[in-house]
Amino acid sequence: SALCPQWPYCRKHCSYCNFNKYVVPAVDEAAMGACLVREARTLLRLSQVQSITSVFFGGGTPSLASPATIAAVLDAVASAAHLPASAEVTLEANPSSASTSRLAGFRAAGINRLSIGVQSLDDAELQLLGREHTAAEAWGAVEVARGLFPGRTSLDLIFGLPGQSLGTWARGLEVALGLCDNHISLYQLTLERGTALAAQVSRGAQPTPPQDLLADMYQTARAMLVAAGFQHYEVSNFARKGALSTHNLSYWRAEQYIGVGPGAHGRFVPWGEGGRSREARVQTLEPDAWMREVQSQGHGTRRRVVLSPLEQLEEVLALGLRTDEGISHERWRHFSPHLSLEAVFGVPGEARALQQQGWLLLDGGGLRCTWEGLAVLDSLLPDLLCQLQRR
Amino acid sequence: VVLAGRTAMWWARLRSPCPAAVPLPLCLPPWLPAGPVARERLYSSHGKEKLDMSMYPVESIRNFSIIAHVDHGKSTLADRLLEITGTIVKTDRNKQVLDKLQVERERGITVKAQSASLFYNHEGVNYLLNLIDTPGHVDFSYEVSRSLSACQGVILVVDANEGIQAQTVANFYLAFEAQLAIIPVINKIDLKNADPERVEKQIEKLFDIPIHECVRISAKLGTNVEKVLQKVIEKIPPPQCNTADPLKALVFDSTFDHYRGVIANIALFGGEIQKGHKIVSAHTKKRYEVNEVGILTPNEQPTHKLYAGQVGYLIAGMKEVTEAQIGDTLFLYKQPVEPLPGFKSAKPMVFAGMYPIDQTEYNNLKSALERLTLNDSSVTVHRDSSLALGAGWRLGFLGLLHMEVFNQRLEQEYNMSVILTAPTVPYKAILSSAKLIKEYGKAEITIISPAHFPDKLSVSEYLEPTVLGTIVTPHEYIGKIIALCQDRRAVQKDMLYIDERRVMLKYLFPLNEIVVDFYDALKSLSSGYASFDYEDAGYQAADLIKMDILLNGNPVEELSTIIHNDKAYATGKYLCERLKDSIPRQLFEIAIQAAIGKKIIARETLKAYRKNVVAKCYGGDITRRMKLLKRQAEGKKLMRKIGNVEVPKDAFIRVLKRQTDK
Repeated sequence: SALCPQWPYCRKHCSYCNFNKYVVPAVDEAAMGACLVREARTLLRLSQVQSITSVFFGGGTPSLASPATIAAVLDAVASAAHLPASAEVTLEANPSSASTSRLAGFRAAGINRLSIGVQSLDDAELQLLGREHTAAEAWGAVEVARGLFPGRTSLDLIFGLPGQSLGTWARGLEVALGLCDNHISLYQLTLERGTALAAQVSRGAQPTPPQDLLADMYQTARAMLVAAGFQHYEVSNFARKGALSTHNLSYWRAEQYIGVGPGAHGRFVPWGEGGRSREARVQTLEPDAWMREVQSQGHGTRRRVVLSPLEQLEEVLALGLRTDEGISHERWRHFSPHLSLEAVFGVPGEARALQQQGWLLLDGGGLRCTWEGLAVLDSLLPDLLCQLQRR
Repeated sequence: VVLAGRTAMWWARLRSPCPAAVPLPLCLPPWLPAGPVARERLYSSHGKEKLDMSMYPVESIRNFSIIAHVDHGKSTLADRLLEITGTIVKTDRNKQVLDKLQVERERGITVKAQSASLFYNHEGVNYLLNLIDTPGHVDFSYEVSRSLSACQGVILVVDANEGIQAQTVANFYLAFEAQLAIIPVINKIDLKNADPERVEKQIEKLFDIPIHECVRISAKLGTNVEKVLQKVIEKIPPPQCNTADPLKALVFDSTFDHYRGVIANIALFGGEIQKGHKIVSAHTKKRYEVNEVGILTPNEQPTHKLYAGQVGYLIAGMKEVTEAQIGDTLFLYKQPVEPLPGFKSAKPMVFAGMYPIDQTEYNNLKSALERLTLNDSSVTVHRDSSLALGAGWRLGFLGLLHMEVFNQRLEQEYNMSVILTAPTVPYKAILSSAKLIKEYGKAEITIISPAHFPDKLSVSEYLEPTVLGTIVTPHEYIGKIIALCQDRRAVQKDMLYIDERRVMLKYLFPLNEIVVDFYDALKSLSSGYASFDYEDAGYQAADLIKMDILLNGNPVEELSTIIHNDKAYATGKYLCERLKDSIPRQLFEIAIQAAIGKKIIARETLKAYRKNVVAKCYGGDITRRMKLLKRQAEGKKLMRKIGNVEVPKDAFIRVLKRQTDK
């Protein structure tokens, strides 16, 4: 099972981000750390998970937490379940909180993989995104990280910024390819409601990126990365030399994961309290409220919903098709012992039409998108869900 | 009983749905005592002295209407006349605005007329003055003309501030052509900006009525209202008819009562009528036995008889309002008379599709429609269905306002929300193909639906309905208004300065050019100052075509339209653009085309999705994501497939719906 602790604090609001994050004058790190430890213990006991395959510190900005706090959480995990040395333990880091000494501290605390929020290597773009760091600082942070976590450093880039041209994006990506390690995530900017950037675009202060340009940017990036030896293993993720993120793959493979911290999501069977079904769980969003709940009852679970077999299959489908491997017959059978992939999608219907149109493949390997289909997955899924729901 | 204002009881009975299941007292106006007393007073003649109407010979009768433009004070004057004659008790509550529909307030129209008999002593003679109200809008001009045919004179009310308006002109000509005595009354002289001299000059110039004949009044304050009554007696001749003749009664209005069936308002042109008489409808040839006759004061007051020249009501076991059609003549069984001239069945001029927003509401909407049409026989209802919008109806209305009133009553009285499609008008075609003529059994056919539009090759001429529109406007807006009219294919027939500042324009409009948004456009470009009215002007030859909308070459049946050739390009382009904005991108390119026959006249291209996949999908927000996907999957099931193109219902609604409901 995977474990995802959330550190909910940031130093500054980025203009595009709508995550559950908080900018506060003073963080009570000791209390937050203690609560993360306590909730991790509670939920691990509840899930009866024997072994943790990966840990991913997300947020917020978890690199703002001290290495000691990270170490405390990892110690708690190791004492409550088996945490093998081979487990992938990732920390999300901002270039502005990634000094050599901090990163070394994180490594000493047990972190063995770093995901750096570079976002762009252009100062004007970074400013538009409301980032704290400069391109030079990002460059420096990645170099330090690569030194400390060789082969296990990832960087994030955002494309489709208002005003960005295809040329600028391609050149920026070229530069990033000269900097990056073996893993890179490329995210198309989503203008989320309620963010400063979305407001600027909607009132016309920034141009809306045209749909066709975004498609061109995506296709150009895919081609460049594949040419540079990367495997395009998920919609927005690329890896070479087998450096795929096992943690993130566990989401897309619909494996179990335990969310710890304010606003964290989880999917697991609570065997520890007699549960038999996979549940969707959300922890209380607001950090102070969450901490009070953890302090009084050991966890801050706000919502638990039992997922029906159909709902589980819907998630398997929507998540699995995001990857290049797709959904294997074996994984499908794990969630649907009585109705095979062939029985659902091999019969006349939407999936067959989508196969004939070249968007989808169903063969011995399972069900997956074609290269072209992956780019329009969200147009395929409603059809596939319709077909699934009829069975 | 206190009768408030516009005879609130009358209104309450007409307006409220008052379904049979609801106990009667609940339907009574709140100021009336509930219970058996009120019930008896309103709905039964038992225990009450019946009036003897033989006291009022023809010479002492005056039958008249009040006609006016919107808000010029017709109803306020009626209230004062009723008070002065003691017909209703004088009270502050006598205000005509009571209980009106929003659309009536907005546009100042009266949908249902009221009538009242007034008793007035003048110079020692007891007079019976019958005030026959008319519906206040041109959509109901047929009813107006029928009401006027029961009169010998009219009071023409003009606002001392606003002066002559479009509807004043239309009403004047209706009365003038019916050769009625006209008493011009200038109302609202108490207003600060009142300028009765100017209005008198307008009346003289436009209607050729000498200035000294105008009566200046304030209906609100009661100033000079008695003088109006005296003028009615002096100027309006008594009806020319004889009680000794066989019965001849004109039906000029009818309403439906859940307990007593149809109540027909009648004017006697000859003979007399009483309970027990056997009567026949000249139109339906059906026979009835009279249960009750009486006068309206303005609620029903039974009388022993009604005599020639008098106006009142009749209840004779008619079950549906269609049995008492406006304009019909009633006569005694086995004593047939020549029917009164001018009867026509209600002729719908504007058609629109009506669909429930949600198909599960179909039956509720159906029963609401049935109940509403009980009281409004002029609405025609035909079942219809659309692949996109489901089961519904094609409704025919007398005009646009009639449609709006009907729709608003559905919403307000029955709490029904509906999809109303853009209105269309009935076109005609003169067939040239012998085969088609044989098929239809006639050479001239009416085309209501584009699906039945005959091909040009088998038609010698297409015809479209026209109206003669009257616009009265302050002169500074003339330029814009002329441009608007020209854009609507209208032909100028007349232009006259009615005084230094106001102009009256007359245009012949194709009806379909004004059914959608002409009134709103006129109001907005004249800051609300221009007024508009129109009358039926028959059919004219027109270069009509049927335009299809194609999605990747496949026609979308529900979007076909019949339009004038000159408007095809603009309309086609507009429809294509609107569809492009309403259909979501799909995995392939979609050509949206407007076509006349094989010829494409407009095209929009909806490009294929080249990228449509959410960038970030990790543990965090899967629940929200799945909800969205499932909603999209649900939406797929409701989409209408045209070829391989999926079109959401919303897209049809956005394209088909009237623009005013944007």
